[in-house]
Amino acid sequence: MIPYDTRKIDKIGCGVDSGGIVSEEKNSEVKQTPLAARHVELGARMVAFAGWEMPIQYSSIMSEHLTVREKAGVFDISHMGQIWAKGAKVAEWLNGVLTNDLSVLAVGEGQYTLMLNEKGGVIDDLIIYRSGETEFLLVVNASMIEVDFEWLENQAVGADGIELDNESDDYAGLAIQGPKAVEVWATMAGESGKALPQRNQIARVIAENGDALILCRTGYTGEDGFELFCPAASAVFWWDKALEAGCEPCGLGARDTLRLEKCYPLNGSDLDEEHTPLEAGLGYFVKLDKGEFVGREILAQQKENGLDRRLCAIRMTAKGPPPRPHYGVFAPEGGGQIAELSSGGLSPSLKEGIGMAYLPKDYGKVGTKLEIDVRGRLYAAEVVKKPFY
Amino acid sequence: MNIPDQLKYAESHEWTALAEDVATIGISDHAQTELTDIVYVEVPETGRQVSAGDPVAVVESVKAASDIYAPISGEIVEVNEAVQNDPALVNTDPYGEGWLFKIKAEDASQLDALMDAGAYQAHIS
Repeated sequence: MIPYDTRKIDKIGCGVDSGGIVSEEKNSEVKQTPLAARHVELGARMVAFAGWEMPIQYSSIMSEHLTVREKAGVFDISHMGQIWAKGAKVAEWLNGVLTNDLSVLAVGEGQYTLMLNEKGGVIDDLIIYRSGETEFLLVVNASMIEVDFEWLENQAVGADGIELDNESDDYAGLAIQGPKAVEVWATMAGESGKALPQRNQIARVIAENGDALILCRTGYTGEDGFELFCPAASAVFWWDKALEAGCEPCGLGARDTLRLEKCYPLNGSDLDEEHTPLEAGLGYFVKLDKGEFVGREILAQQKENGLDRRLCAIRMTAKGPPPRPHYGVFAPEGGGQIAELSSGGLSPSLKEGIGMAYLPKDYGKVGTKLEIDVRGRLYAAEVVKKPFY
Repeated sequence: MNIPDQLKYAESHEWTALAEDVATIGISDHAQTELTDIVYVEVPETGRQVSAGDPVAVVESVKAASDIYAPISGEIVEVNEAVQNDPALVNTDPYGEGWLFKIKAEDASQLDALMDAGAYQAHIS
């Protein structure tokens, strides 16, 4: 049995693999998480993702997806980045470089926020936690760790007493997601274990084995759950604990279908430097009235003038192949191409094709009929309300 | 891994069974295992002339679409309607009900270029 495709893909779900059913290409430049050997032992198909060799699936995307919706699954998220920002005036400074208003965060609370360029385009989306009065933890996308850190350092030039630490390599991470996540934690933590923090909150706990853990009550699946960051050397210990506590191992494939059903954007696919968070439908996480921040001017203009395009949810209405990223979106009855899908796939929960695309405003209304180009043939679709599930 | 002795195999994981001058084609057990949940199958139109190596069908899993290549040249004479309605047949019975299409062989000697079961076993090991 050959190790399944280590094909070079930047994004999961790039569409047709012209190399045949099973690609044998190997990529030696990718990094491994401390759990790589465990994934292989569990029969995972490993792929290159964001510079890391990651499991895309163990048993099947369909069953892993449904496990998270119905029970609990564990994902290796060791590739994600952890950046600390400290300093007496760090809150004010961060509020000038991120879109959400972190002045509302009490110690232990977190929020989803975005990092924009001067044009209002998205560099990265991230979760920020106030871990202390003058200390914040930023959990960022794997592919963006270096970019984000450099951008933050540049923004900090001239700012007073801001200390930035990229500790991404020191931590391994597990995302434990699903309706049974709380029970899973109770088993993992043992009798003297602390309870999980509340939704969107962070807790630093010392486990029975002495590990300093960071627990975040967040996720990317739309289910209850938490993310656990531990010292990289303890990754296998906590991974095994999660499995013993009843979690099934889940890969990036299920992570992608789970987030797409909830219309959570994927940076690099649904978010990029050419689109603003308002266009992406993330206005709730942009606080224009909090004061100046990078990209604010463009967003304020967009808000005043109205948006020309919006990231919309699209459902296939006829039986057909699953829609995939980059497939063309057409106006019906020969109206020509109006967009391309930023994300797409078969929804395991709904058993139908779903996707997202930035649609011109005339086509963004719920109920608008569209067509999706799959290998030269057009299939009926329509704009639906977010989220799909 | 099931690799029936009587079939011929392509490097791109299609199997071929020749009866008279009509070849039945599907994907191997190995291929369906690697793809997992097959959710959509697109077969060619009958009557189409194809050359060995042409992409003629598409098998899609949740995650990816994979081209299926014609192992030999000839005319598509029949396609499996059942797998279009129930793509999971490719997973459950890849060498039986999960067959994909049939080609009327232009030159049956083209099968000699394909692998036998032993060679295919080595290919995927």
